[in-house]
Amino acid sequence: MSESLIEESILSRPTYGTLKIVPGLAHYFLADASGAECVIRVVQELPRDMMEKVHILYVPTPGEAALITSLYALGAKRFEHFPTIEEAVSKLGDWLSDAKMGTQLYLAGTEGLVGQGVAKGEACGLDHTAVQCEHRGSLARRVQCVHCKTMIENVTTQPVKCPSCDLLLLVRDHYSRRLAAFQGVCINAEDPSEEIEIKEVFK
Amino acid sequence: MTIQFKDESFRGDFTYANSPSNIPRFPFPFPEDEYMYSTNIEPHHAARVGSPFENAFDVDEHYVAEMKDRALVLADDPGRCQALPHMETAGWDFLELVMVSKARDYPDLFKLTMDGGHWHWINKPLQIDDTFTFGDSSTLPCHPMEYIGRQVQGDHAILDQRDGNLWMDAGIITAQADWSLDFDIGMNFFEWHAPVPLAHELGVFQRALKFLLTLPQGQPSRRLNWTLTVNPRLDTSPENYPKWGPDKLTVTPENIGEKVHLRVELQTFWRLPRSNAILFPIRTYLMAMNEVVTQPKWGRRLHRVMRDLRPELVNYKGLSRYHPILVEWLSQFDDGAPTSPGIFPD
Repeated sequence: MSESLIEESILSRPTYGTLKIVPGLAHYFLADASGAECVIRVVQELPRDMMEKVHILYVPTPGEAALITSLYALGAKRFEHFPTIEEAVSKLGDWLSDAKMGTQLYLAGTEGLVGQGVAKGEACGLDHTAVQCEHRGSLARRVQCVHCKTMIENVTTQPVKCPSCDLLLLVRDHYSRRLAAFQGVCINAEDPSEEIEIKEVFK
Repeated sequence: MTIQFKDESFRGDFTYANSPSNIPRFPFPFPEDEYMYSTNIEPHHAARVGSPFENAFDVDEHYVAEMKDRALVLADDPGRCQALPHMETAGWDFLELVMVSKARDYPDLFKLTMDGGHWHWINKPLQIDDTFTFGDSSTLPCHPMEYIGRQVQGDHAILDQRDGNLWMDAGIITAQADWSLDFDIGMNFFEWHAPVPLAHELGVFQRALKFLLTLPQGQPSRRLNWTLTVNPRLDTSPENYPKWGPDKLTVTPENIGEKVHLRVELQTFWRLPRSNAILFPIRTYLMAMNEVVTQPKWGRRLHRVMRDLRPELVNYKGLSRYHPILVEWLSQFDDGAPTSPGIFPD
């Protein structure tokens, strides 16, 4: 695949907006440390009697406590935090399994978190119009190796070495919502002897 | 008409070849001396006896060998055949369309007997003789899409229609030109076409989608698409790119005629009756350059098309490594004479 290292964006690549509360019977938030301020921004503006409808899941940066305190202080009906995106997304699935029509989902933070939250919402039957996303923080990507299907988290380099099959992968802009991942395809498959410089590009 | 099915391979020793009588029926994809994207969709009417457009689903001398290659791919990677849960009915629609069409068009090869819901299907070339209850998946050895997909040449995607878009929600894809069903499943029409350069800007996909959303039952359509492949390899999936990618380095001016193959997809579009899904068969035809140039019109025209191909397309279609020597090699078959319109040989 002889593509240039940084492609212009293509139509399967997600775009993100700005979180804004819309009418709903319940409001679920999922954020990591870079997205916490988005949650605080919108929830702070809600009238106190609406807090009964607010449920927040949070993935803090290890060792960080200030944002946990701020999010807890919002007074949501439920607030839980987990050390990994995977655990938080799994909990989101548990919560959404009881959710009713009129549920709204709000996702804020890095692309990996937002993407996995979208996929979980879709898997739980939430219509895409009921999901809002705001991107914050690092541009690190979640990448699926198309060859061995390994998911590689927090990819910041182009290309990236697959930790499982060892192939050097071109990280494409082609994105699967279902997998919440960008596609990684061997960059030197035609000539494995070709040497390719690894650069940090998704900061 | 009895077809002599060839015993040949699409991998390893690559014994695939076209019989001399099969060459003129190749769906040459260039109606003019230059190529640019277009929607180029036309009704899938029966056309030209002996051409690949004669029947609903073309069966040719490669049928049995292609089905063997499909079985090898699926054994190695079951992810090449997937259907989201809501696509079961569409799978039965697909099975019915293929069985009814093949039994009608090739009565010496296929036979279908329907007694209410009780169906009896005989596929002589593949030595299959099965009975099952239509609509009851427990009476088949696998999903209806996989069952019939293992008996029909070409890849098959099944597209669900909702929200004014088409969604790639099922498919049996083992002979693809470098796209991954496993990655693209669940995407809408614009998303799965996202990596294609230029065409979005030209509005090609918007027009094609608009057309497909109103595709009526009983009025299938077709178009041709093309690329080049080194060696007659059907499985040029991204999954196996490290296996077929190095082939590109083996092309030399001496072997280019036998190594480089024109790879043509006869794509057809069918509205399915129960599910309202669209069946999208992608039938691949392969022909070595040496075989293509036996038809003087095709040799001349292919030279002009390749010589003038936009650089973005040379790159996107993965031809960069051998494009210059191909153009040079083809030039010997271009005497400068005008070519006649249309795709059929003179």
